[in-house]
Amino acid sequence: MEPDAAQNPSPVPPPISAYYQTRAEHHAVVSSDWLAHAAAAAAAFPPGADAADAAALPPPPSSPGAGGGVIEEFNFWRRKPEAAEAVAAIMALAAVIRSSRATTMMELEIELKKASDKLKSWDATSISLSAACDLFMRFVTRTSHLEHEKFDAAKSRLIERGEKFGEISLKARKTIAMLSQDFIYDGCTILVHGYSRVVLEVLKLAASNRKLFRVLCTEGRPDRTGLRMSNELAALGIPVKVLIDSAVAYSMDEVDMVFVGADGVVESGGIINMMGTYQIALVAYSMNKPVYVAAESYKFARLYPLDQKDMTPAHRPIDFGVPVPTGVEVETSARDYTPPQYLTLLLTDLGVLTPSVVSDELIQLYL
Amino acid sequence: MDLRRPPRSSSGGVEPKIRQVGFFTPDASAPSEPLPPAAAVPAPSAQLQRPVAGSPPASDDLSTGRLSPVMIPPPRHADHLAPGPPSPAAADVVLATSAPVRSSPRLDVAFEIGDDDSWSCAPYAVELEENKRGLAEVRNEGASASIPQKQKTSKAERRAIQEAQRAAKTAAKEADKSGKSAGAAMSKQAKPAKTAQKKDVPQAASTVASEKKATERPPERERKLDAPHPRMQFDDVHKVEKAKKRAVVNQSEARNRVELFRHLPQYVHGTQLPDLESKFFQLEPMHPSVYKVGLQYLSGEVSGGNGRCIAMLLAFREAIKDYTTPPNKTLSRDLTAKISSYVSFLIECRPLSISMGNAIRFLKSRIAKLPHALSESEAKTSLQSDIGRFINEKIVLADKAIVSHAITKVRDNDVLLTYGSSSVVEMILDYAHELGRNFRVVVVDSRPKLEGQALLRRLVAKGITCTYTHINAISYIMHEVTRVLLGASSILSNGTVYSRVGTASVAMVAHAFGVPVLVCCEAYKFHERVQLDSICANELGDPDVILKTPGKAEDHLKNWADNANLQLLNLTYDATPPDYVSMIITDYGMLPPTSVPVIVREYRKEQLWI
Repeated sequence: MEPDAAQNPSPVPPPISAYYQTRAEHHAVVSSDWLAHAAAAAAAFPPGADAADAAALPPPPSSPGAGGGVIEEFNFWRRKPEAAEAVAAIMALAAVIRSSRATTMMELEIELKKASDKLKSWDATSISLSAACDLFMRFVTRTSHLEHEKFDAAKSRLIERGEKFGEISLKARKTIAMLSQDFIYDGCTILVHGYSRVVLEVLKLAASNRKLFRVLCTEGRPDRTGLRMSNELAALGIPVKVLIDSAVAYSMDEVDMVFVGADGVVESGGIINMMGTYQIALVAYSMNKPVYVAAESYKFARLYPLDQKDMTPAHRPIDFGVPVPTGVEVETSARDYTPPQYLTLLLTDLGVLTPSVVSDELIQLYL
Repeated sequence: MDLRRPPRSSSGGVEPKIRQVGFFTPDASAPSEPLPPAAAVPAPSAQLQRPVAGSPPASDDLSTGRLSPVMIPPPRHADHLAPGPPSPAAADVVLATSAPVRSSPRLDVAFEIGDDDSWSCAPYAVELEENKRGLAEVRNEGASASIPQKQKTSKAERRAIQEAQRAAKTAAKEADKSGKSAGAAMSKQAKPAKTAQKKDVPQAASTVASEKKATERPPERERKLDAPHPRMQFDDVHKVEKAKKRAVVNQSEARNRVELFRHLPQYVHGTQLPDLESKFFQLEPMHPSVYKVGLQYLSGEVSGGNGRCIAMLLAFREAIKDYTTPPNKTLSRDLTAKISSYVSFLIECRPLSISMGNAIRFLKSRIAKLPHALSESEAKTSLQSDIGRFINEKIVLADKAIVSHAITKVRDNDVLLTYGSSSVVEMILDYAHELGRNFRVVVVDSRPKLEGQALLRRLVAKGITCTYTHINAISYIMHEVTRVLLGASSILSNGTVYSRVGTASVAMVAHAFGVPVLVCCEAYKFHERVQLDSICANELGDPDVILKTPGKAEDHLKNWADNANLQLLNLTYDATPPDYVSMIITDYGMLPPTSVPVIVREYRKEQLWI
């Protein structure tokens, strides 16, 4: 369950969220200051992880055996810039099944549960990671009730299901991209926030279908991932304009729709996403612009925040370019919660859904 | 008018074409004052001609035919035109008044279809005759009345003719139907006729009657074995009279009833208890523990959704323990009929809450699903253990699950507001206090029940810091509140929370201040119906309780019943729209209000409640 969210901000700066660390590694513009932070943080990580540059990939562990293997496997998959963290987790768990030496179903399930808990505790702030782990457990253990004479047959079936689940998750982005094509029409202006691989996939597909549209991209401070996004969009030949985060309201009247991704979709139908999403959704709502969220279904989590502070805090370092004066506190939270009333539709690999369907799906899956 | 729309009537057997809601100016030419009981039928004719300029307009026998913005179409059937047997109670006068005046065209209809088997039930035939005679006179008088009246009469006549034709057509259909089910009891004939025509009208009275008479029944009728419809519409006098005949509790209807809530029962409080207590030792059909629970409901000793449900189920468990199947009867059918009779008794004491309704459905489905091979004692023990399991799983353990979910939303330095007294909310506060969380509670209370005071005492005794206020100060205190915790009597399928009156106001103010509203409710209280307002289904409490303000020497409203212009209303429940609710906490977890039908869909069929 969620830890009791009653922690007061401690005088020591809170630990950097590994999830956002990864995102920064993959997508951010690297600054020297950030490098220093990252180097310091990397010391706390398992030995397989290299900070900053993704050049040195550790080889996939050949003989996993012990429980630490799942983390290594996970890191291997995670290093790939294109892989979502959740998919990496799913692949890692599938590998656990493959390499497991259990002889009964119960034993295998217990092993899987242990691996899943280990992954979750590795980074407590990542919603999609824990959601994907839970989902995988659920998906896989549901089949364990099927009649199978031999354990080996059951095990191979589980591996099959696990890998299939991994494949589905990998393909989720393509499904979402296909579904979103109906929403983008010629001559429209789309606002995107920061760098989201799903949204990029959507826009890529639209561009390859020869649709004419233009994109306004927010800078996405503090990691300035928006610059990377605009880089990629420009490479696709899509006219793109970069805005600073404060210019969203100013430009909202020329926008036709807002596309955002999500770090997690919660039970109320709202989303948890990079800091700034709530602001954009509020402005869009007040100006009657639709907000579309592109999120894979493994991001559905059984959380229910009541307000912004009701989530596990996830912090990240913010580089102001100048040193922060002493005695001044900085809000370093990396994400915010957008309530469902500000969202128009969720585009997922399960289809185009309204926010209230999320709870329906979760109930069917988990209860 | 389509067949499915139930007939609506106010003021006794008369069918006013239009019903007045609110204030209106008196029309000098139309009669309006209450008339003497139906026996003195010629009298109204005299009154008709008397100018009525000075008569008080806002009485509840609004059969005067004044135009108002709210037009309610007249019913199609004449049977509820027949005013009930002249009852000694003064209240009935009001109901049965002006029967002859407006119903003259109706009686034509009654006359025509009165010959049909399905409509002429023996007890009423006599009254029909009487009224026909009386009305014939009145009609003649009416025809010679002043001009505006004539206009209305003719319009009524036209409609009456329309209806007569329609009724004749359906009567012809019924005649065929009745012919097919030959040899059945007369009530059974009435039943198919009624069910064919009035699908919406609750079949409480007829259902219970037929259940008691016949044990043999085609299986598709089994659905009607459900408890007598807890929402019988009380403005239908015919049904009310029928229900009264079967009533164990003698109660008199209240006077000066609010027009808008005519469809809900209201009796004069305090009249039933002495009568019932005296009958305690003669209760042949009724089991003593059920009787006891009924008395506890009447006196208000047992209240609250969970409390009432548990008390009722335990009483039924006792009753089942002492039950023996009569010879030549099957246990399941006879026991179901018995349970239904107990339920109708309990309804008379106090209308069912939704939680009780669901529990009764569960019990009946368990009885229906008993395998035939079981012996009587095995069946009884199985049912008793089912009841015990229901109470344990759906109420006790569910409460524990709710507390464990809700505790994650109580943080340190929270200010929690609660309204009234909910058992689950109290458990959450107790548990949070035990865990050592640092929080304080604001208890909001309201007259006339002042349920919050008991909760306040218990919380303070445990050492929880509390603030107490009344509901009129809710907007004053809301800015310091961080969370609102509310209980519910039921949650309906569109997410509407049906709860103690005042809850909707609290939720609305909380929403305006941006404070999250958490509603805690066990899943067995969910219901698949939908309600858009607090009027169509509710419970009317005793209006006299409103009068008594403590600490005031003078009782200004002492004789309120004598004043025809004054009506007191004491509602028990209200409906909170789902937009004001942030989250619903149930034993299945934390859900948005839109997911209530999902729970109903997924879990009712699994557990075979229906």
